[in-house]
Amino acid sequence: MLKPIITLKDIAVTLGGEQVLKNFNLTIGDGEFVTLLGPSGCGKTTVLRTIGGFITPDSGDVFFGEQKITDVPPHKRAVNTIFQKYALFPHLNVYENIAFGMRIKGKKEEEIRRTVNEMLHMVNLDGMARRGVGSLSGGQQQRVAIARALANEPKVLLLDEPLSALDLKLRKDMQSELKKIQQAVGITFVFVTHDQEEALSMSDTVVVMDKGQIQQIGTPIDVYNEPKNAFVADFIGESNILDGTMVEDYLVEVAGQRFKSLDSGFGTMAPVDVVIRPEDIDIVPTESSAAHVAGVVTSVTFKGVHYEIIVDVDGFKWMIQTTDSAKVGDRIGLALTPDDIHVMAKSVYSGTFGDYSSFSEEMGMARLSAEEEEAADA
Amino acid sequence: MKILSKIYTTLLFLFLYAPILVLIVFSFNDTQTSSRTQFSGFTLRWYERLFEDRYILEALFNTLLIAVVSALCATVLGTLAAVGINRLKKLPRRVMMNITNFPMVNPEIVTGVSMMLLFVAATSMFGGKNLGMWTLIIAHITFCLPYVILSVLPKLRQMNPNLYEAAQDLGCPPVRAFFKVVLPEIMPGVITGMIMAFTLSIDDFVISYFTSGTTQTLPIYIYTMTRRRISPEINALSTVLFVCIMALLIVINVRQSKAEKEQNEKGGTE
Amino acid sequence: MRNKLICAPYTVWMTLFIIVPMGLVAFFAFTDRSGAFTLHNIAQVGQYSNVFLRSIWLGAIATAVSLLLGYPLAYIIAKANPRQQSVLVMLVMLPMWMNFLLRTYAWMTLLEDNGLLNALFTAIGLPRFHMINTAGAVVLGMVYNYIPYMILPLYSVLTKIDPSVIEAAQDLGADSRKVFLKVVFPMSMPGVISGITMVFVPAVSTFIISKMLGGGGNLLIGDLIDMQFLGSAYNPNLGSAISLVLMVMILICMGIMNQFDDGEEVGGGMLL
Repeated sequence: MLKPIITLKDIAVTLGGEQVLKNFNLTIGDGEFVTLLGPSGCGKTTVLRTIGGFITPDSGDVFFGEQKITDVPPHKRAVNTIFQKYALFPHLNVYENIAFGMRIKGKKEEEIRRTVNEMLHMVNLDGMARRGVGSLSGGQQQRVAIARALANEPKVLLLDEPLSALDLKLRKDMQSELKKIQQAVGITFVFVTHDQEEALSMSDTVVVMDKGQIQQIGTPIDVYNEPKNAFVADFIGESNILDGTMVEDYLVEVAGQRFKSLDSGFGTMAPVDVVIRPEDIDIVPTESSAAHVAGVVTSVTFKGVHYEIIVDVDGFKWMIQTTDSAKVGDRIGLALTPDDIHVMAKSVYSGTFGDYSSFSEEMGMARLSAEEEEAADA
Repeated sequence: MKILSKIYTTLLFLFLYAPILVLIVFSFNDTQTSSRTQFSGFTLRWYERLFEDRYILEALFNTLLIAVVSALCATVLGTLAAVGINRLKKLPRRVMMNITNFPMVNPEIVTGVSMMLLFVAATSMFGGKNLGMWTLIIAHITFCLPYVILSVLPKLRQMNPNLYEAAQDLGCPPVRAFFKVVLPEIMPGVITGMIMAFTLSIDDFVISYFTSGTTQTLPIYIYTMTRRRISPEINALSTVLFVCIMALLIVINVRQSKAEKEQNEKGGTE
Repeated sequence: MRNKLICAPYTVWMTLFIIVPMGLVAFFAFTDRSGAFTLHNIAQVGQYSNVFLRSIWLGAIATAVSLLLGYPLAYIIAKANPRQQSVLVMLVMLPMWMNFLLRTYAWMTLLEDNGLLNALFTAIGLPRFHMINTAGAVVLGMVYNYIPYMILPLYSVLTKIDPSVIEAAQDLGADSRKVFLKVVFPMSMPGVISGITMVFVPAVSTFIISKMLGGGGNLLIGDLIDMQFLGSAYNPNLGSAISLVLMVMILICMGIMNQFDDGEEVGGGMLL
């Protein structure tokens, strides 16, 4: 375990009469790239703002190293924030934006110039010093925001969904660039996002959150391969989540079959959630001995790298991602291997995720968000 | 249809400007009698008289003094208030906004007499001076405040709330962060508010009428002039004021369009 | 904590100079000269119901005329190209910047019995009209002074109407008359409402226009209040009672008007 740099202890936060965080505990190691991942409203931004000092928790404490900083105002904390919409100062040019923190500290002009130029170079904005920030593209503004924060030499950089305003291509570039910058400066990054792919590809540690609570902490590989509960399994990647029974250690029964399993410690005949990732399922002919279950194809979508196939197995719809194609109406067999089967304890999320029986819910969501946009426009 | 609307527009503007034009023309009328219908020759006599009139100059001085002082006070007080109101929670904010809107919807005359009652009560209770300069300034600050607040508040709402936090995040103490980051952002609103306060103050008659005591401001003096006698001096005064206002508006407009142009050019380099 | 402190000076100021004075008006309205409670003043206001009715009547006519005259102009301005728009709006605003006493004074010289208009009439062979010191002159003065307050909010609402909404209406088969009646006019309602309030409130409570153009025969509420405070009939108690009734009346009108308006702040759009 790395030396802790930020520790949140029993944090409780209420915003607008709503309890956002309760008994929240988190330790962040020095030099880590930590991502807080979760759906909107899960409290991840609140955690970030608590670390930044913009929210004072109702109870609990924030530590910076060994030092308690709960009541230290933002301007005295050795952490800096990249805000969601960058929050560049519109009345200052690129140079002055980056120099802002150093000017406050009363640094020498010579030193300021050197640092600003270094920073501009690091974020690939050489020669842009005199530009007004209003004339920059989204990606450039993002870089200025990063340079401005890093020029202040923080021990921890907090990033609040910094890439959400960028288009897909630029977002991918910035992901790897941010990772590079983090490795170059060697400080702790705490990154907030709702994009699971972003979280998996950038982080050393992913903190999956929902409803103000940490659902799982682990490396990207851990949280993907060994999700702790149905929420994590569903939120990170696509998952088929089935009811199963842990017959005994290393033996699980699911979909009417018994499989060898890598999991243990659930007791005997314990009800569990079983996760099977869509890409781990192979399509075989129904009569094949490899077929564990059989079902009827209800939809096939071409996704480029693979097909996404929905198969109705006795009313439960499975999602399969495979390079083999199938036709709607085909009856096919699904082959599973013990490695593909991951067992989770039952949780409050059991039964709410992991069935692809209809996309209507997603359609509903899409319609909702379209309406919201309209309302926002008006 | 096009022609019809042109005719309509012309007629309406004729209605709006003809009286002012008549005033201006007759300010140059060389007449001994008080006839306002016969134009009997060009003269600048009324202008000379105007600038020799000690009372008018004194009233003008009072008006400007009151306008400057009350616009400044209202701007400072109003900007602070807007910042405070912007941070309030919903319910207290509604209460504050209702109080702010009240003097704007309340008939001026009622605001005027209510303040007169207060000032008279105050002088009779605490002694003090009679109604005059100080009561005028207080009254003017009061009716200007809502306008300042209403022009600053939208700027505060438009502002990215993270700006203020970003400044603090970079090591700026809160008060300094306000001056370094928030104030430059809301400056256009603050200035609009100040100009509005200034012009409202210069132009005000009704509230001043009830709170001035014996102090003369320009509008009050104009009022007494229209009551007492009919003199082309008023016409001359109107003309001078009209020309000043026109010049001011033209300057503001030119500056505005210049700023817009610059902004467009800036945007074009993207 | 600090946030409340920022608001504090303003709160104190408004309490002292808006709320307390209003309390004083109420206090004076319900007391006699010795300070004892009485309903006499309020009862006395009833004697002036003809003045109230005249004020409301003239104010309402002036408001209606302003709306009828102002709406077409606001519409024309909103349809003009942006360059013309800013010039035309300027032209509407310019007279407002001139002191309204002077504007009203200008009409005095025009409307007099031997004034310019009558001179003009004689010149083209018409008989002279008696125009000054009539109710008509008062309405004219109100319209002249307050019509910009009608045009500007209307204009600002009309320019905000998305042209694609109008196109959509045409696309759905509405002719230009229907487009106006079914789309443009309903969408401009907030402007109509704030225009009406912004003309009606000052018109109904004016005392200068009636004094200068109406002579003695067209007393309005404002004149009545003026007389009680600074005039011959000095009686602040009665004056306060009249003010109180006027204020309540106007606040009720505004309340009713706001019912038509979906939550938009009245007057919010009209200022500059």
